[in-house]
Amino acid sequence: MSSYPASPATKQKRTPLLARPQVQRVLYPVLVGVVLLGLWQAMVSIMELPPYLVPSPILMVKTLVTDWAALGMALLTTLKVTVFSFLLATVVGVLISFLFVQSKRIETALFPYAVLLQVTPIVAVAPLIIIWVRNPTAAMVVCAALVALFPIISNTTLGLRSVDPDLQSYFKLNHATRWQQLVRLRIPSALPYFFGGLRISSGLALIGAVVAEFVAGTGGQGAGLAYQILQAGFQLNIPRMFAALLLISLTGVALFVLMAWLTKLALGSWHASELSQD
Amino acid sequence: MYQDDPEVFAPPPGQTGAAAVEILSAEKTYPDGTQALLPVDLRIQQGEFVTLLGPSGCGKSTLLKMVAGMLEPTDGRLLVWRRPVHQIDQAGRKMAFVFQAPTLMPWASVHTNVRLPLDLAGVARKEADDRVAEALDMVGLGKFARALPRALSGGMQMRVSIARGLVTQPDLLLMDEPFGALDEITRHKLDADLLDLWHKKNLTVIFVTHSIHEAVFLSSRVVMMAARPGRVVEEFRIDEPYPRRADFMVSPQFTRHARQLQDSLLRASGFNDAEACA
Repeated sequence: MSSYPASPATKQKRTPLLARPQVQRVLYPVLVGVVLLGLWQAMVSIMELPPYLVPSPILMVKTLVTDWAALGMALLTTLKVTVFSFLLATVVGVLISFLFVQSKRIETALFPYAVLLQVTPIVAVAPLIIIWVRNPTAAMVVCAALVALFPIISNTTLGLRSVDPDLQSYFKLNHATRWQQLVRLRIPSALPYFFGGLRISSGLALIGAVVAEFVAGTGGQGAGLAYQILQAGFQLNIPRMFAALLLISLTGVALFVLMAWLTKLALGSWHASELSQD
Repeated sequence: MYQDDPEVFAPPPGQTGAAAVEILSAEKTYPDGTQALLPVDLRIQQGEFVTLLGPSGCGKSTLLKMVAGMLEPTDGRLLVWRRPVHQIDQAGRKMAFVFQAPTLMPWASVHTNVRLPLDLAGVARKEADDRVAEALDMVGLGKFARALPRALSGGMQMRVSIARGLVTQPDLLLMDEPFGALDEITRHKLDADLLDLWHKKNLTVIFVTHSIHEAVFLSSRVVMMAARPGRVVEEFRIDEPYPRRADFMVSPQFTRHARQLQDSLLRASGFNDAEACA
């Protein structure tokens, strides 16, 4: 920007690898993980815990490899339910938000029911949905979507309402139509909130999918990870249970990372939440 | 353009005597009974640079927003080129409003931000782009068309805001403390630029400020307002020739006007001279 010589602070040598925040952000959690896994492995070995109580991490990974045929299929099923329910929740949630912001009256009348949907435990409603919806996969998708719906509705509604009042006045002064205000002002203003909602909902969709599988309890060809856990529990096949758990956790982490990446892609250039602090 | 009213459409070389803005006993009382503004009568001629000056709470912003049509007067009328402000486009006239904050869309480039009023008015893309480039050159930001607002300094953002005001080629420019948040140097620079534009474009400007020096430097007339309840108390003509340059600010005439305004502002703020000297 200026032609002044760089100040000593900015001219210092390259930051050492370990001092860089990007490296630290990966290194520190990985270190904690390694230490915990080491402790776990050591405890199992030293206390000679039987695998049907606590399997060692190594055994867990071994089981994951040997039982991959069953577990991989199950992962695919759970992923399918999660992704479809997440998409369904996103589409329905956004449509409901658009409805809500059309008038304060509509929102006041309907918002309590959105809350009702949120506070009723899905485990309690799931059996009913499974009876009503004949196709088991569709039933599970509906259950999981119900769990994931609320954050999308509440965040997107809040976002669509969080418009800079001066900017809104400016649009009105220039005789902007409702449509122009929606497309050029409200939707871009809502994006940061919307993506916040997506981040929460992606995790909830996975939880919903697992809960729905538990309740539906469908086995056979299209069984998901939750069914594998149930089944492994009955058979006291605890290593397999741990392997299935690991897959569920990894799926959750992957979804979170994907959402963070999408957020960065959409907002990275302009929104404060995605700008670096320095 | 309409030709039915010769008085309104007389070419405006400087002050022609034609009224651009007529404020006829306009007043504002809020539903709780607070009197934001006692009835104001003010006639602003085409080509005038009028400053509304006064302590905070004197209703200067309220008055400006009523002229813009952003607020409705509780009683009385406001006419802009002999018409209610919402109908001035039928007279081939345009009004632009510049807010205290830059009020830009953070997700859109400088170019897109400036093009906004043209997009809202449905101006063809090609023509709009040309006019935006012209407006950005006028405020000296031609090189920053692709930048996002956050990449610019506060003063530059304000200039984008002014370019957005000028791009519609307005006849009347309303400015609500536009440079209040800027540092002294930037402010002087923008004040000088504004005077140039006012002269070049034959604008009528109503400018709100609480800076005496800014008022004297810019205005052909200063309207002093007082608070609780908000009202107009005095008017001053600054009969000094344009163009005014930086040396005007150190001239004896400048000091004399500033002194006059200072005394009036102190009275308007409810201080008497003895208190002010103490």
